[in-house]
Amino acid sequence: MNNSSPSSYDEMVDADGAVRPAYAGYRQWFEEQPPDLLRRKGSEAEAFFRRTGITFNVYGSEDAEERLIPFDMVPRIITAQQWRKLSRGIEQRVRALNAFLHDLYHRQEIVRSGRLPERLLKGNEAFLAQMAGFTPPGGVYTHIVGIDLVRTGEDEFMVLEDNARTPSGVSYMLENRETMMAMFPELFTRVRVREVSDYPRRLARSLAACAPPAARGHKPVVAVLTPGSYNSAYFEHAFLADQMGAELVEGSDLRVENGRIAMRTTRGWQPIDVIYRRVDDEYLDPLTFNPSSVLGVAGIIDVYRAGGVTIANAPGTGIADDKAIYSFMPEIVEFYTGEKPILKNVPTWRCSEPEALRYVLDNLAELVVKEVHGSGGYGMLIGPTSSRKEIAAFEAKLRARPENYIAQPTLALSTVPILTKAGLAPRHVDLRPFVLVSPNGIDITPGGLTRVALKKGSLVVNSSQGGGTKDSWVLDD
Amino acid sequence: MLGRSANGIFWLFRYLERAENTARLIEAGFRMALTRDTRDARDEWRSVIVTLGLQGAYEAKFGLDYAGPQVFNFVLRDKDNPGNVLAMIEQARHNARMVRTGITREVWETVNESWMKLKELLARPVTDARLGLVIDTIRRQSTEVRGAMEGTMLRNDIYNFARMGTFIERADNTARILDVKYYVLLPSLSYVGSSLDNVQWENVLRSLAGERAYRWLNAGRMEARGIAEFLILDGRFPRSLAFCYAKLQSNLAHLAREYGAHTPAHDILGAAVARLQDATIEAIFEQGLHQFIGEFIATNGRLGAQIQRDYRFTE
Repeated sequence: MNNSSPSSYDEMVDADGAVRPAYAGYRQWFEEQPPDLLRRKGSEAEAFFRRTGITFNVYGSEDAEERLIPFDMVPRIITAQQWRKLSRGIEQRVRALNAFLHDLYHRQEIVRSGRLPERLLKGNEAFLAQMAGFTPPGGVYTHIVGIDLVRTGEDEFMVLEDNARTPSGVSYMLENRETMMAMFPELFTRVRVREVSDYPRRLARSLAACAPPAARGHKPVVAVLTPGSYNSAYFEHAFLADQMGAELVEGSDLRVENGRIAMRTTRGWQPIDVIYRRVDDEYLDPLTFNPSSVLGVAGIIDVYRAGGVTIANAPGTGIADDKAIYSFMPEIVEFYTGEKPILKNVPTWRCSEPEALRYVLDNLAELVVKEVHGSGGYGMLIGPTSSRKEIAAFEAKLRARPENYIAQPTLALSTVPILTKAGLAPRHVDLRPFVLVSPNGIDITPGGLTRVALKKGSLVVNSSQGGGTKDSWVLDD
Repeated sequence: MLGRSANGIFWLFRYLERAENTARLIEAGFRMALTRDTRDARDEWRSVIVTLGLQGAYEAKFGLDYAGPQVFNFVLRDKDNPGNVLAMIEQARHNARMVRTGITREVWETVNESWMKLKELLARPVTDARLGLVIDTIRRQSTEVRGAMEGTMLRNDIYNFARMGTFIERADNTARILDVKYYVLLPSLSYVGSSLDNVQWENVLRSLAGERAYRWLNAGRMEARGIAEFLILDGRFPRSLAFCYAKLQSNLAHLAREYGAHTPAHDILGAAVARLQDATIEAIFEQGLHQFIGEFIATNGRLGAQIQRDYRFTE
């Protein structure tokens, strides 16, 4: 497939090759640099990443080696004006997501009103019956959200998916900026870029603001719960704990003590008020969910329901990441905010519906088909880049369990240049802004993580599948 | 801090210390072997293996063949030796990653860099010609980690656990080297002063990085008692047992102040320090050096285990 076709919107240059306003300052600086400087800086950056240990582990790779996520040194730039509109849309969506989750676990008005089919919840593993009738401290479900956006034109931003469960990647957003500032300090004196480095502080504040009733009267103790150093995102868990000044705990450090979750410290057992968990729901509590889990804490759900601890994100938020639910997001936003959605969804066919399924089967070679519960770019079909054999194999799976899939058109994702041996070359990108939610409000860090498909024409930006990242700039007014 | 982190950091510094001491031991062995005929060189290499407690594993693989490169490759990188130096560094780096939030970026980076460098250097068998570079790298990297510690770490409980790991390990290593060499040198103790004897003792000092200090203090006189006294009782020498225990004492005392509580480990340590303070080299030799050191190593092990219990390193 050749998707760097003229139909893709390039964010740096327009169809006539003229530099767009967002990139004017950067491009001018770029032209002034000696030709090999950026490439030299590239190997500097790689050595820097290796030394600092910014790596991730790839699931399913043979030797589970730590790998670097490739970093491209050309920033992705968004103007202040574009960002204002985007953040309004993101805020609206995140507000709706939280209201939606509250409703799902209480009266389910949206189901009663007939706007959301009940079958999407029944038998869905991400919908946790244990959460029914319970309101998390501060009424917050999604303390940290990542909204994946794709762009197809000047003003065309669409939401590709919502990550309400445990969005990752924020450490790359932060480290990418650090790296850029270390390598090209003078660039930042010429182009005013909005700061991202206070994210960890804002995260800590936001989490503390969601402390449970049991924390009243003292400064909340926050801890990051990681599955351990073999997890693919361990670097990020350690990084965030470090930056927040919080303990990084594993399930084996924790137990229930006097109705609280306590961690084993060198001075004895100390209660924790807020757990930023990077462990999936099903491993959180062997008494409630997966009984063989050693990653969680036996009894934590009881403590949680009794107000002894805050779990962020709340258990059961994963239901909002479901891609069948996603297809209802426009209705969901309208239902809870009373407003038209500012950010559009990507058009989506639900294969559970016979008519949609027929269309999808007829057009497999043009569509992207995704598992309803999948994530990370696994288990999906990208029709235009797949062989006839792959499509046939996928078709069999789709026919066997149509309700397990949704389909979307292959979008002409926008491109931003990366630095290649032959100079600047356009590659497809997406954007994951990070959003913090607390009773004090919704806080969006300017920019987010830009993921970029490094292979020419490729639309797959996932780091687990060879994607890279870029520093993402929101220009200051 | 978490008990698990205390455990991680304690062992991080034990592994680093052990790797460094092992490198020094090899360096001394290599030097010795160079100046000897083949048979004596093999005895020298054998004593290195014995000191490291690897005799069983080594002889299971190579029998009684104690050729130099075979020995140092076994110690440095052989997968049949799970305690090889590369594995120690790997373990240290793994621990550093585990306790990443307890150490500074500088400490983490130097540990990570040590691992990257050694992984590369030890990717293929080490030849006589490359041994120097390998040993040098290990020594330099430990120095860098120590420097990063010294210059960037907060002096709190985390630091205390790191230091205690270092000195428990170092005391153990010094005692073991002395003990093994004592046996090798046993025949010579009665006729102190011969030239072979001097070179052997100097080699003990060299493997503990103490040859210069000792010579300076003793105007070059090599003498068994003097050296033993230096390595056991001289509180000025950073690898002596007395020095290690003084450091353990100040770190454990700091913990007691910070936590407001004494623990059983404080009692074990107090008794051991008193024993060292009361000891004279004459009394030690009268009791028997081997017995003295045997008891010391056992107490040292007990102390380490007690610290791990007192501060809830594990469940």
